[in-house]
Amino acid sequence: MTPTTPVLLSADKLTCIREDRLLFDELSFVVRGGDIIQIEGANGTGKTSLLRILAGLSQPYSGEVLYKDQVIKHCDDEYKADLLFIGHLAGIKGEMSSEENLAFYLKMHGLDASKAEATLDEVNLFGFEDAMASNLSAGQHRRIALARLWQSQNKIWILDEPFTAIDKAGVKKLEQLMLKHTQNGGAVILTTHQDLSLNSNDFSKIILEHQFF
Amino acid sequence: MQLSYRRAFSTILKRDLVIAFRHRDDILNPILFFIIVVSLFPLGVGPAANTLMKIAPGVIWVAALLSTLLSLERLFKHDYNDGSLEQLLLMPCPTFVLVLAKITAHWLITGLPLIIIAPFLGVLLNLHQDSYVALMLSLLLGTPVLSLLGAIGVALTVGLKKGGVLLSLLVLPLYIPVLIFATGAIDAASMNLPYNGHLAIIAALFFGSLTLAPFAVGSALKVSTN
Repeated sequence: MTPTTPVLLSADKLTCIREDRLLFDELSFVVRGGDIIQIEGANGTGKTSLLRILAGLSQPYSGEVLYKDQVIKHCDDEYKADLLFIGHLAGIKGEMSSEENLAFYLKMHGLDASKAEATLDEVNLFGFEDAMASNLSAGQHRRIALARLWQSQNKIWILDEPFTAIDKAGVKKLEQLMLKHTQNGGAVILTTHQDLSLNSNDFSKIILEHQFF
Repeated sequence: MQLSYRRAFSTILKRDLVIAFRHRDDILNPILFFIIVVSLFPLGVGPAANTLMKIAPGVIWVAALLSTLLSLERLFKHDYNDGSLEQLLLMPCPTFVLVLAKITAHWLITGLPLIIIAPFLGVLLNLHQDSYVALMLSLLLGTPVLSLLGAIGVALTVGLKKGGVLLSLLVLPLYIPVLIFATGAIDAASMNLPYNGHLAIIAALFFGSLTLAPFAVGSALKVSTN
């Protein structure tokens, strides 16, 4: 990771308060192209809140998130085109088949929706393409959501607990995919309770702690 | 990569229609409600033709209004619960395109069937023969307003566990002008008076809400998903 790669995303003195509790205070960091950043912390330390703030879904109590040196509110369309966020909820419609679900998201990102079927094979959903998502398990919903990563052209991936309900081989595959993504100049920000099996110089950590005052 | 607004609009519209057709209660419930309410009136009020003729415009419009209110919740609720809403908000298309597509789908699913059924229910209530055109025109211009204004209320209450009552309190006052001018138009038509004025006001409400409501809904959704 050379410091010369351009800064994609930067957090500027983010403060988050939820339910009268201070989660983090004046948190600042930068994300450059090629970074994998793992956000660590116990339950309730604000990992999800931080990711939602970075994605622009939540507003911080104070501070700004900047994308290419612009506040994300002011470059909303450009930022959304470069962002892929996968949250706690998979965003999969039970009334549509797995292929239709994936094809919808690909189409919305201007990608080739006909690749949906082949992409589902990557996440071990071969044979489930036409199954209504309401008949599939939560883990399979997650896999459909994660399948978007294989086709993604977005520079920044923000993933909230991507490895929950994914088996070991799947985790390995995802890690390789993240590495490939960063080698192409992308950045990954993720939370996970599992340790990444990547080389320690391939990724950095941000540790959130309980705040007492 | 950014999609053209038109493709983004049609992709979301198609998705919502597919979901609605596979989840038929969502379409059938409001229509059945509409038919049941209207057909109960002759039984309750009595079959006197003149009385029915007098209350017909009001009954049809109030029933249409309530059945729209009944169907509003599904506009964003399911998407909110399964996380699709936040994904949609993060799609690389402006929020108003997404909102407009969802409202259009809602109107096609709930408003359009009401318009198709209304003349038959008019017969049931002995609606004045000169009023049918006015009824259809007022519904055609008025039901989209109900969907558009209702969407603001739903977007504001979608994050609440029990937002139903609050939703009616928020939305019903906004529906009243549409109700007054729509029934006014139908009444005027039955007396062979010109009703262009009433329709013009409903049309103004329609275009006003068509241009402004999507932005209000977009902001409300951002607050609700915060």
